[in-house]
Amino acid sequence: MNERFISFEAVRKSYDGANYVVRGLDLDVAEGEFLTLLGPSGSGKTTTLMMLAGFEEPTHGSISLGGARIDSVPAYDRNIGMVFQNYALFPHMTVGENVAFPLKMRGVSKSQISERVSSALDMVRMAGFESRRPSQLSGGQQQRIALARALVFEPRLVLMDEPLGALDKQLREHMQIEIKHLHERLGINVVYVTHDQSEALTMSDRVGVFSDGVLQQIATPHELYEKPANIFVAGFVGENNVVPGEVVDIDAGLCRVRTPDGSVISAVAGEHVRKPARVVVVVRPERIVLAREGDEAANRFAGKLEEVIYHGDHVRLRLNLLGSEGLQVKLAASAITAPFSLGATIHVGWRPQDCRALIQS
Amino acid sequence: MKYAVTFAEKHGGEEQSTLARQMARTKRRAKLQALALIAPLMLFLVVVLVLPIGTLLARGFDNGDAAALLPRTAEALSAWNGQDAPHEELFAALAGDLKEAAREDVAVLAKQLNYHDAGMRSMFLKLARKVRTAEAPYAPSFIEVNEDWSSPRYWRALQQVMPSVTDFYILSALDLMRDENGDIASVPPSTAVNLEVLARTFTVSASVTVMCLLLGYPLAALIARSRGTAANVLIVLVLLPFWTSLLVRTSAWVVLLQSRGVVNNVLAWLGMIDPEAPLDLIYNRVGVVIAMTHILLPFMILPIYSVMKGIPPVYMRAAASLGARPLSSFFRVYLPMTMPGVSAGCLLVFILALGYYITPALVGGPRDQMISYFIAYYANQVTNWGMAAALSIILLVAVLVLYVIYNRLVGIQRLRIG
Repeated sequence: MNERFISFEAVRKSYDGANYVVRGLDLDVAEGEFLTLLGPSGSGKTTTLMMLAGFEEPTHGSISLGGARIDSVPAYDRNIGMVFQNYALFPHMTVGENVAFPLKMRGVSKSQISERVSSALDMVRMAGFESRRPSQLSGGQQQRIALARALVFEPRLVLMDEPLGALDKQLREHMQIEIKHLHERLGINVVYVTHDQSEALTMSDRVGVFSDGVLQQIATPHELYEKPANIFVAGFVGENNVVPGEVVDIDAGLCRVRTPDGSVISAVAGEHVRKPARVVVVVRPERIVLAREGDEAANRFAGKLEEVIYHGDHVRLRLNLLGSEGLQVKLAASAITAPFSLGATIHVGWRPQDCRALIQS
Repeated sequence: MKYAVTFAEKHGGEEQSTLARQMARTKRRAKLQALALIAPLMLFLVVVLVLPIGTLLARGFDNGDAAALLPRTAEALSAWNGQDAPHEELFAALAGDLKEAAREDVAVLAKQLNYHDAGMRSMFLKLARKVRTAEAPYAPSFIEVNEDWSSPRYWRALQQVMPSVTDFYILSALDLMRDENGDIASVPPSTAVNLEVLARTFTVSASVTVMCLLLGYPLAALIARSRGTAANVLIVLVLLPFWTSLLVRTSAWVVLLQSRGVVNNVLAWLGMIDPEAPLDLIYNRVGVVIAMTHILLPFMILPIYSVMKGIPPVYMRAAASLGARPLSSFFRVYLPMTMPGVSAGCLLVFILALGYYITPALVGGPRDQMISYFIAYYANQVTNWGMAAALSIILLVAVLVLYVIYNRLVGIQRLRIG
């Protein structure tokens, strides 16, 4: 398998000549991989996708696909399928004509076209819709047609630009699974852009997190969630409690951090953490558990209960703890035995391997 | 009403009828209010549009009241078969009528008779003078004025003007007439001009429409792609001609295009033409098409631009990502998506061009005058309201036919203007 199927080398992009939208991107994508570019709007993820599609040219650096440089290849010669946010189905063509369009452009014979169109529609479970107009379809159906159109000419790579952004939550989750299955079945490369972190975690082999034109971290969903490289990733992917402090001791990957109120937290040391350094400790709300008085654990603290919110499957507590007013704790509803009373002192704790100390930028 | 029915099922007939009556009253009141609101506009339209146009068009079928002026002749002519030699009864009837008729009415009738038989006007007036002093038998005094009175010729002309409604003008406008047997036939080629004028009107309008489309489409695309100041400046440049008088713009073309005009001088200075043999750019078809294209161009650009503005660039990207080269993505994706604007612009320009009058009159030659020129000619110069109305009817019908064809092909609901 080609480990460098898609390769960005020192790619920079500026629209106005003064500010860079993408600054110094180095990125390799393996063949058959499902890569998601995740980030807030204006982070450079869409620009990266547009450069790969051929709609934007990099200001510096080079992009190659399958070993050949493609920066100067026009979009229509790149043989890359693309699914757009608002589907971009041609309104003056029927569904069948839309799906046949890329084949027609490639001079495929008529009999082959109708065969491949119907098998592509079969694949997205839209068989029999050939003669409908796009305007007669629902959003989810239009998205399936757009998928069929991007896949029918069997491209090596399919780009998706927030393709599910216009769908409602349930349909979106359903389509996520369907796209994932299609990817697994066809074995093609997918580069997917989204600002929805749960979508990124659900679907991808690897996720690249963008902020401010810089690729902050690229890793598997598991690693991204468990080992965020910096504060931005820790805050953007999933939820995290953030407690500032100072490193007082570091040993074998574990460090001790003193918080402003004098407590000490044991945490996994992130990259570049040494003594002394100002850091933040990040810990996920669902990793915090209730502790009984007298329990001896590495990280065990007591705080005042400020708020309780019931969510059905879980309960959220807001605690005044470690000098931070809004420490969130997420407890499974089944783990709660006695009712909480506001203002009471609650004992909580977490394991050192469940929290990380990250350098404050 | 559906609500009233379900309500009735629950509460019985009595209450239902009360409720239905109440609802009907409310609806009626709302309808009356709406009518009252548009009443001033309706009145305005009827007074300034429907009535004048209707009366003008009616003139195309109006044959005057010759039968009232010459009642005895009308009766005698209805007994005559149109083939036999005229007998004394006819002569006596016409002579008797002419003796009693007012001079002004006879003059009007003579002019109308002239349409049917050229040269009949002065002859008929002379006859009217002569007959006043004549005594029975009348035939010799008629034949003394013109010996054709003894043949059916002039009597047939009289027969034509007797009915109060006629298709004479409409037929003439289409180069047709009624022959001796009353059947529709073509007029002799020497007098057939109207069909040619009609064909010319359509040819000029079609050429102007094509020119406007060829020039306007790329410009509309450029404006739709431009942003900010550039787009505003371009729009103003397109609209600028609207703020100048039509007459001024047309006269400006005379200055530019005449044989010693700006265009010819520049070409001669560049050595591209011989100064002694300047190009004929004006007082011919070329001048008419150039000037009309310039004047009608905004009507093509604006509808196309408004449609283009609504097409997001993502469609062109989608086409490119699917492998369409720029040319095929233009012809297969962009052009079809702009068709509502293109057809609206073409329809608008074509229909406006059909009725153009001033521009061809100023920059065209005698063989470039369009149907409006002849309508004005008949209305203003020779006061033949019948022919003016008939030509107007033909123009109106042509526009309606176009409209119907457009509706069949494109659908009027897809029309987008401005």
